[in-house]
Amino acid sequence: MRVGILYSRVRAEEKLLFEEFRLRGAEFDLLDDRKLIFDISGGVDSTCYDDYDVIVERCIHHGRALVSLRILNDREIPTVNSVQVADVCGDKLQTTSALTAAGIPSPRTKVAFTAESALEAMEELGYPVVMKPSIGSWGRLLSKINDREAAETVLEHKEVLGTYHHSIFYIQEYIEKPGRDIRAFTVGSETICAIYRDSPHWITNTARGGLASVCPVTSELNDICVRAAKAVGGGCVAIDVLEDPDRGLLVNEVNYTMEFRNSVQPTGVNIPGRIADFVLQVGREGWAAANS
Amino acid sequence: MAVRTVTAVAECPECFGVVELNDVMENEIVQCGECGVDLEVIGLDPVALDLAPEEDEDWGE
Repeated sequence: MRVGILYSRVRAEEKLLFEEFRLRGAEFDLLDDRKLIFDISGGVDSTCYDDYDVIVERCIHHGRALVSLRILNDREIPTVNSVQVADVCGDKLQTTSALTAAGIPSPRTKVAFTAESALEAMEELGYPVVMKPSIGSWGRLLSKINDREAAETVLEHKEVLGTYHHSIFYIQEYIEKPGRDIRAFTVGSETICAIYRDSPHWITNTARGGLASVCPVTSELNDICVRAAKAVGGGCVAIDVLEDPDRGLLVNEVNYTMEFRNSVQPTGVNIPGRIADFVLQVGREGWAAANS
Repeated sequence: MAVRTVTAVAECPECFGVVELNDVMENEIVQCGECGVDLEVIGLDPVALDLAPEEDEDWGE
């Protein structure tokens, strides 16, 4: 079994994964995305990745991850996750579309392409609303918009200062969650663990100071997360779930290059170990078998 | 491959403080205990540190 690990930087997650592969006796090579050259026109270098049984994607840049996975999967080199999962999860608009098309309960979401139609969409949803860039993580550039005046201001700023993709407006209803949300970790067809992320701020990312504590994986949570994972293509994903006081669990986002450093200790689950097992299974049996 | 690690002391390129490195590998992200800046281990032989890159728009999970 030959494993490649495609990475940008060695963070806590990568070190934990390296250790788990080492413990399993798996040979692995480190592939620094800053040094990669893909010869996709059929030159000598075009086959240099063919010998890998599986490649794990741990890029920090969504763009680099997506391009690399596309090239590798087009050449039938198995990856974790697949390019399909990265494509859908890397773009919140695609994620929500996949989730809602599969009937997964999610916050009400509207998409618009002009400031005028975006304002109309917000008025239809009712304030407050949340506007997010469709690509981005760690709670960056999220706006909670409380009234029409704030909406007009944010939309004008987006139009004047934003780049092209900021003019695709992704607008969600604001969920009055109980000072926390849930992050659940799904590997293949199982939700292996979950944490609550408590924060007095409406943005609860642990990267933004949210505190992690263990969340029991109920059959309801497992069911909605496994269905959400299947809707985006399977694999190893971290799913953000909101608790709506009236509608119950709502899937908000799905992350495909999961960060887990703050979740191993409170859950007591060896998340990198489970990921390593899944990766090796994909290498041995293929993507479909590992997700069944 | 065996991951090579080193334990050493290096100088922070931001504040020139002393950074203690324990079992670090190339490209690992560490933090300067004196000024708090994120640093990347860019070489092991000899040990060298550089400022970790600033966050880009498409960074994340």
